[in-house]
Amino acid sequence: MTHSPTTPGVVAGRLPPPVLADNFADLHPPLDAHEAAVAADRCYFCYDAPCMEACPTTIDIPLFIRQIATGTPEAAARTILDMNILGGMCARVCPTETLCEEACVRMDAEGDPVQIGRLQRFATDTLMEKGPQPYERAAPTGKTVAVVGAGPAGLACAHRLAMHGHDVKLYDARPKPGGLNEYGIASYKTVEDFAAREVEWLMGIGGIELTTGAALGNTLSLDGLVKDHDAVFLGIGLAGVNDLGIDGAGLEGVRDAVDFIADLRQSDDLSKLPVGRRVVVIGGGMTAIDAAVQAKLLGAEEVTLVYRRGREAMPASEYEQNLAAAKGVRIIDHAAPKRIVGAAQVEAVEFDYTDDDAKPTGDGFTLAADQVLKAIGQKLGDAASLKTEGGKIAITETGRTSVAGVWAGGDCATGGEDLTVTAVAHGRDAAEDIHASLMGS
Amino acid sequence: MADLTTDFIGIKSPNPFWLASAPPTDKEYNVRRAFEAGWGGVVWKTLGEAGPPIVNVSGPRYGAIWGADRRLLGLNNIELITDRSLEINLEEIKRVKQDYPDRAIVVSLMVPVEEDAWARILDAVSTTGADGVELNFGCPHGMAERGMGSAVGQVPDYVEQIAGWVKKHSDMPCIVKLTPNIADIRMPAEAAKRGGADAVSLINTITSITSVNLDEMCPEPMIDGMGTHGGYCGPAVKPIAMNMVAQIARSPKTAGLPISGIGGITTWRDAAEFMALGAGNVQVCTAAMTYGFHIVQEMISGLSQWMDEKGYVSTADFIGKATPKVTDWQHLNLDYVTKAEIDLDLCIKCGRCYAACEDTSHQAIEMGPGRVFTVKDDECVACNLCVNVCPVEDCITMRVLEPGEVDLRTGMTIPAKDDKRTWLQHPNNPAGDPLACISRGQ
Ligand SMILES: Cc1cc2nc3c(=O)[nH]c(=O)nc-3n(C[C@H](O)[C@H](O)[C@H](O)COP(=O)(O)OP(=O)(O)OC[C@H]3O[C@@H](n4cnc5c(N)ncnc54)[C@H](O)[C@@H]3O)c2cc1C
Ligand SMILES: Cc1cc2nc3c(=O)[nH]c(=O)nc-3n(C[C@H](O)[C@H](O)[C@H](O)COP(=O)(O)O)c2cc1C
Ligand code: SF4
Ligand code: SF4
Ligand code: SF4
Repeated sequence: MTHSPTTPGVVAGRLPPPVLADNFADLHPPLDAHEAAVAADRCYFCYDAPCMEACPTTIDIPLFIRQIATGTPEAAARTILDMNILGGMCARVCPTETLCEEACVRMDAEGDPVQIGRLQRFATDTLMEKGPQPYERAAPTGKTVAVVGAGPAGLACAHRLAMHGHDVKLYDARPKPGGLNEYGIASYKTVEDFAAREVEWLMGIGGIELTTGAALGNTLSLDGLVKDHDAVFLGIGLAGVNDLGIDGAGLEGVRDAVDFIADLRQSDDLSKLPVGRRVVVIGGGMTAIDAAVQAKLLGAEEVTLVYRRGREAMPASEYEQNLAAAKGVRIIDHAAPKRIVGAAQVEAVEFDYTDDDAKPTGDGFTLAADQVLKAIGQKLGDAASLKTEGGKIAITETGRTSVAGVWAGGDCATGGEDLTVTAVAHGRDAAEDIHASLMGS
Repeated sequence: MADLTTDFIGIKSPNPFWLASAPPTDKEYNVRRAFEAGWGGVVWKTLGEAGPPIVNVSGPRYGAIWGADRRLLGLNNIELITDRSLEINLEEIKRVKQDYPDRAIVVSLMVPVEEDAWARILDAVSTTGADGVELNFGCPHGMAERGMGSAVGQVPDYVEQIAGWVKKHSDMPCIVKLTPNIADIRMPAEAAKRGGADAVSLINTITSITSVNLDEMCPEPMIDGMGTHGGYCGPAVKPIAMNMVAQIARSPKTAGLPISGIGGITTWRDAAEFMALGAGNVQVCTAAMTYGFHIVQEMISGLSQWMDEKGYVSTADFIGKATPKVTDWQHLNLDYVTKAEIDLDLCIKCGRCYAACEDTSHQAIEMGPGRVFTVKDDECVACNLCVNVCPVEDCITMRVLEPGEVDLRTGMTIPAKDDKRTWLQHPNNPAGDPLACISRGQ
């Protein structure tokens, strides 16, 4: 049975497999050696480089680009990985247009930054293709640290701890490690199972024992972890999702965008993945954009993303918004859902127009829909007894929580934007602080 | 519209752009293409004696260095003089000259240091209708090992003697091509003049090793696991060549001796610079080998536009115009003071000026909050390094201090324009004038 973009309802196989394969190919294909040389040539080797300061993991960007330019991409990769062990993933998923590349002085010079992200990928890909992760473990310290959550924060923390000679027990609630690298990031940013390959490569350092299907608040308790280990790091991300709090949110066809994306990421045959004919995505962040774009790429006829404030207030960058528009997603701003209508299955969503404070103006419209994806933000799951701040675990600069012996980082904790690279920085810094406190210095 | 025609030692050409003796001029096919493309003249690839032709290596003969985006900056070669037979070359020269009577064809020659050998080859060349000869005393590799090329150019007595033979056995205009591989370029130039040469051309290539293969541990280009030095040319050699041209142009002993400028000329501007320093025309090799013959159109249009803008009607109007401004260090005005100045609107905040001045110069640039870079006038010695490393053209400029202003670094009051001190008057010079600093407030 074949379907097309106009088949009513939520069905699979709207596009032929070759088209799907093409749609979900690498968004930014890797640079080849010549392209990398040309791109690297453009770097000015700035003093106290602004790009470096804009990188949450403070990679020495001018140095690694110079190492590429002089024919040693492996050395460049070491420069990157020294600061950011997930440099391969970050090269693919960082919104560079709001981080390093936005700060690049070439933006000022000609509005066209050095392609830092793609150069970073060139270097890390070169090294990763050549062999195992290059770090060695220090002599065993006899200490054991529990790391909960195998997302970017937990992985970065675990690797750094293992490097310093500690034994790491890594726990994750999900069946696979990687966190949102594995379950959340848009497919076209991390093709060919890169997330899983990177985790395996990273674990190659040894000394990290992974247990999946182990959830804090379920099989694990914070007290128990603290008792059984010399230190605990929590990198549990944001496991909960915000509610829409409107009528009809329980109708068939209404679901969380993160679940839709997780299904998509875990699918080994995209032609078997159902998607609506008319998809409405509610929200304005990266999750909303990714869900909308991927719904479109799966073959939905009409995808509309509705955000309750102005474009400039959207958490998704201008680049992401343009990407969505280019893929055929319609973006409506200044509108909030009032009611989802339908018998058992969703049929339409009624919206109010809103002002800049997201307050209804009294005017509105209705969008026909057979699938509604909610992307209005994730929230912290169970934070046990830890002190929170603005809905996140409160931490110090080095990741210490309100409970002695417990550190936290990544999306679940305060400080910085919810990004892969921020999570890596948190995990790394917490590991250094744990190491320092365990070794009594 | 500017008139680009040039008369170089009686040899006329529609423009001053000649191709230097090298692969671009090695045979009829190339030279015809060059003339079609618009080149004003050629110096035919160096001819040797009649007899068994020269043998070149059949492995790579070039090495190179590159700048950003693999822009070729310097080329190195181990090619010898023409490896085609003398007779064929002569026939080709004759045919081409007949078809292009308005273009200059000069024939480059290199034969052993024997009067008979020179007499024979001049005889042969005289049948071609060529406009002149150029004596290749410059080739620094291969031929030099056989006592020719730069082995001759490095011995002024040989230069004089052979130039004399050439003038004795031929009435063709004679250019002596000089090697830069010598301590003082004025010596062979003077010798050429004494020998009766009509002009000198310079530079030929500079001895060089451009790269070492670190896997094979061997200089490149590699010929079956071995390497030898080659001759270096291209944009990288231009500064060396221009200095040598200027030295000959301003030396009293060679002043007025016509010069054909060669070495790294790539654009109309390079050509204009050589000519301003005293070259009557220019010769180009590497630029043509890098980009093909069509570049001459940019040279022609660029030089014409610039001449029009400056009001120069003919090339003679600006040839040698910069020569009198070339002087010795001891004649430079030590009371002339400038200060670097950063245009904050153009600045892209890369910090290269800061790194350069702070790490390696005079700690005269301040990096303020928000990466605002400013020059400290009380520290700046005006060395120009920041200007040279700044990636934005004209972002850092040098402001000239006016008479009466105080140099905050030294406390000196800038004297009136005509009241200048050179090293010769400077009080720090044991042979200088101790009173010359009083008027400066020091
Ligand atoms: C759809 C989507 C797209 C995104 N795209 C980008 C992007 O393009 N670029 C970018 O930089 N960032 C992006 N992000 C954000 C980025 O993925 C996160 O900031 C990053 O993954 C945070 O890392 P983390 O380790 O803190 O948390 P997570 O990656 O969420 O990992 C947390 C881990 O903890 C586990 N866990 C949760 N609760 C428990 C528990 N109770 N017990 C045990 N284990 C638990 C989870 O299973 C998970 O493996 C995106 C996010 C989403 C949702
Ligand atoms: C491959 C090659 C071969 C050359 N052969 C000769 C030659 O036979 N005779 C000669 O006088 N100069 C020869 N030269 C030197 C050039 O004529 C010229 O003097 C030199 O390359 C500098 O000019 P450029 O920087 O424009 O290349 C040769 C140069 C090159 C690159
Ligand atoms: S800001 Fe741009 S040019 Fe400067 S070091 Fe960083 S990447 Fe290079
Ligand atoms: S001119 Fe020299 S001393 Fe002055 S600011 Fe520039 S680099 Fe420093
Ligand atoms: S080198 Fe030029 S562009 Fe860079 S900071 Fe200095 S003045 Fe600005």
